[in-house]
Amino acid sequence: MSTKSIREEFLKGLWDENPIFRQLLGLCPTLAVTNAVINGFAMGMATTFVLIFSSLVVSSIKKLIPSQVRIASYIIIIATFVTIADRFMAAFFPPVSKDLGPYVPLIVVNCIILGRQEAFSSKNTVGRSLIDALGMSLGFTLALLLLSSIREILGMGTFLGHQVMGAWFKPWIIMILPPGAFITLGILLAIALHIEHKTRSRS
Amino acid sequence: MEIVTLFFAAILVNNFVLHYFLGICPFLGVSKKIDSALSMGLAVTFVMSITAVVSWIINHWILIPYNLDYLQIVSFILVIASLVQLVEMFIRKISPPLYQALGIYLPLITTNCAIFFLALMAALRDYNFVQTVIFGTGSGIGFTLAIVLMAGIREQLELADVPDSLKGAGISLIVAGIMALAFLGFSGMIK
Repeated sequence: MSTKSIREEFLKGLWDENPIFRQLLGLCPTLAVTNAVINGFAMGMATTFVLIFSSLVVSSIKKLIPSQVRIASYIIIIATFVTIADRFMAAFFPPVSKDLGPYVPLIVVNCIILGRQEAFSSKNTVGRSLIDALGMSLGFTLALLLLSSIREILGMGTFLGHQVMGAWFKPWIIMILPPGAFITLGILLAIALHIEHKTRSRS
Repeated sequence: MEIVTLFFAAILVNNFVLHYFLGICPFLGVSKKIDSALSMGLAVTFVMSITAVVSWIINHWILIPYNLDYLQIVSFILVIASLVQLVEMFIRKISPPLYQALGIYLPLITTNCAIFFLALMAALRDYNFVQTVIFGTGSGIGFTLAIVLMAGIREQLELADVPDSLKGAGISLIVAGIMALAFLGFSGMIK
């Protein structure tokens, strides 16, 4: 059982245990779908949906799942919600769904979701699991938004499709191509680590 | 000819790691030494080829004839999870030295998104049986190539003077970015 206050439980996902910057989990979708802000946002929302509902289900039936088959059970629960999210996006947001393509089904193997079930929901109450899932998915979504904003603004000179850079700006095409994703995330991770070193040496 | 193109495109142009960003976790986690990187790559290639075959059979003999293709996500992940388990038991029985070499990497493959993506992509692009097998094997070799190259660079990087904050994941991602840039050069190969 976790002994943190509700507030700490929620806030830890934003920085202390941020899935991307601190735990380096779920990097595949992070790199793949952040070529435009809208895609990053859609992926964040889909992951939020799956994480919250999987955490709710897992934490409420944790006593019924035999520990030998728990991973398989978690995966089936997660896959169910991913199917719902995938079908929902295909039906209501066809362009985004087409852009994200197979990366929506890939949420099943996103280690953030399975990791939270194993590390948190299977040991804590429904309420706490919900708070934890909210914090973690918010941390993940914010990281995706940050990365995709940098890549879209530098790579196309636009933000959510609106021109934000002046006519003098020549888009850095490389930023929306795969190398831009790796290099941007590498630099962001270094900045995150640097801030962490600074705060630790101060305290 | 088309098959040859598909094979080389899967290795070089549409490299799973550097183009689709798949299997980043093992790519960063198991690329400190060339030996272990090679074992990981071979294990992935092996499981990928088998997954390609089994998921094609499930998809074309069960899911499509009965109009169950919305169950693709659930059934593919189950197939992969049980397949990895089976392969592990099989290798332990047949070849203990190979099991020793692959040992810890095999279970990790279940959560490797590259395998799952392969099954989905083959279904999405409607590949026939031969194409699926070629695509699976080529993608596996592409993964092995990327992870071994990465391990080679990281072994050299050990000796370099990297700023504190960049150490670990930071510099590895930037190296991967430069590798991806180099691999972009192959994209002219296939129209």
